[in-house]
Amino acid sequence: MEILIPAILTVITAATPLLYAALGELVAEKSGVLNLGVEGMILLGAVCGFAAVYLTGSAAAGIFAGLAGGMALSVVFGVLVLGFQASQVATGLALTIFGIGLSALLGQELVGVAYQGLPKISLPLLSKIPALGPLLFRHDFLVYGSFAMAFAVYWFLARSRAGLVLRAVGDSHDAAHAMGYPVVRIRFAAVLFGGGMAGLAGAYLSLAYSPLWIENMSAGRGWIALALVVFATWRPWRVFIGAYLFGGITILQLHAQVLGVGVPAQVMSMLPYLATIAVLVLISRDRNKIKLNAPACIGKPFHPAA
Amino acid sequence: MKHQNLFRAAAQAAVGAVVGLSLGLTAISASAAEVDNVGFVYVGPVGDHGWTYAHDVARKKLERELGVKTTYVENVPEGADAERVIRQLAASGSDIIFTTSFGYMDPTLKIAKQFPDVRFEHATGYKRAYNVSTYSARFYEGRAVLGTIAGMMSKSGKAGYIASFPIPEVVRGINAFTLAMRKVNPNAEVRVIWVNSWFDPGKEGDAAKALIDQGIDVITQHTDSPAPLQVAQERGVYAFGQASDMRTFAPDAQLTAVVNNWGDYYVERVKALQNDSWRSQDTWDGIGPGMVRIAPYGDAVPAKVRAVADVIAQNIANGAVHPFAGPFKSGDGKHSVKRGEVLDDETLLGMNWYVEGVQGGQ
Repeated sequence: MEILIPAILTVITAATPLLYAALGELVAEKSGVLNLGVEGMILLGAVCGFAAVYLTGSAAAGIFAGLAGGMALSVVFGVLVLGFQASQVATGLALTIFGIGLSALLGQELVGVAYQGLPKISLPLLSKIPALGPLLFRHDFLVYGSFAMAFAVYWFLARSRAGLVLRAVGDSHDAAHAMGYPVVRIRFAAVLFGGGMAGLAGAYLSLAYSPLWIENMSAGRGWIALALVVFATWRPWRVFIGAYLFGGITILQLHAQVLGVGVPAQVMSMLPYLATIAVLVLISRDRNKIKLNAPACIGKPFHPAA
Repeated sequence: MKHQNLFRAAAQAAVGAVVGLSLGLTAISASAAEVDNVGFVYVGPVGDHGWTYAHDVARKKLERELGVKTTYVENVPEGADAERVIRQLAASGSDIIFTTSFGYMDPTLKIAKQFPDVRFEHATGYKRAYNVSTYSARFYEGRAVLGTIAGMMSKSGKAGYIASFPIPEVVRGINAFTLAMRKVNPNAEVRVIWVNSWFDPGKEGDAAKALIDQGIDVITQHTDSPAPLQVAQERGVYAFGQASDMRTFAPDAQLTAVVNNWGDYYVERVKALQNDSWRSQDTWDGIGPGMVRIAPYGDAVPAKVRAVADVIAQNIANGAVHPFAGPFKSGDGKHSVKRGEVLDDETLLGMNWYVEGVQGGQ
């Protein structure tokens, strides 16, 4: 029981960056743009966030810089893909490679710098509740933010008029265009949002999860976020479940190893992937519903009929 | 800068091929005693603060002490890419090339055959040729010192070991650490946690948290990032640095670190090339020749512990003590080493079983 609360806290920290990045990518994909550059944007967010804290000492500046860093890289993607109609897959891959290199270049002076991590914000009264208090109400700003964003993205896509328009653009850009919606502008906004969220995921990595800057520190989390969006069949709550499931089983298998369960370490390492895929496939096995949720125009370039 | 160098290398290689081989060959043999350029191939980024970082510290020392020019290429994947990079370095006038990862073994030998006048030094491999040497460090000697300190500092008698992959290099380190720890505290246990990665700061930190949550108060690691040390610092337990002194990340928590010191070896080998005494050889050095170093102790280490650790390090250095001297046996009882016996290098190089006291091996 004593182990449980710290273990769950670790799960939350492991899931938060995945949640940010996946929610951002979800919105971009819902608008019909597949951005494979998540990993690169995360890294740029991580280095910008850490640099800002290093230069100003302010955690708020770090979070903002992370957001801005991810967004800046997504501007490059947006211009190439939406402006020049470059291939989304190729540009996204290039963006990841570019992000890895650029973040390494920018972060040269930051290697070996220590930071104590984002301050924890204990909500008054609520954080005093036994068990639930430390579990839910003693986190840093970005963890609260990730809960809020999960709800906001859900509300936006499912309940708001703007979300409806965005989904329309993703499902049929020609129809949306014919109705007079600015397809390219809407997609650009979605791409920017995706970049900003990936940037926040990066800022969380370098400011809270493991507060330091090292090249390539995201270690593939961008790709996991991308996979989560697909396996969650483009639904925000399933993205949330997927991120927590993946984070949870990663931590669970580490604990199981320390306890000495006689399962080979390689199998343990596979568990988070296997379990997440299995659960998400099971809850979304209805093929028609997948078709309904999947943005029909994803990855397709938009040529407005003159 | 290095990318520029690569471009230039490619251009030079192309021009060289057109202008004619004979010209190039005379140029190289004429400068045998004069080292114009030293090439380095790295598997990771120079900013990893671990394995590649340590090699790059050594490269800078080489530049500083001998005034030779060096070229490095980082993040080179093991395999076909490595072959291309090594060829470019060889073709663009490197007189000696250090390839610093195990997976560069076959590419290094292949290129060495094509460039008989260039010398190659391959880290952690076992295949040599007349122009290819191999070198590695006996890190397990350093880990034995860490184990000694852990045994004296741990109140719970349980140490956590964050490990990457179950290969002999890692298994050997776990065993050396455990044997040394149990010499000090016969009931000590080492809990191994595999993260299946050399480098994943988030996961390494999570592993440290899981260990601490289960009552472990000393952590060591065979992964490259300083994240576990940061967690140790935050949670108030002890930890050891990996590959380089990581004190800045854990000023109170780091007891010491095993430091990879390749610099002396690099200087020695390039000097040998300069005065024409370079020969193909195999080097596996430890604390004695200084290839493995113990970083300055943290403030938390009491004088008594420092004294014992110093003696162990000295005895290992001068050969009086071997970390794998019997008596000890494996956890499954299949292997046992009697009093007076010492495991030979061949057994150590292929080690794939765990000594008693290791939990979570396999």
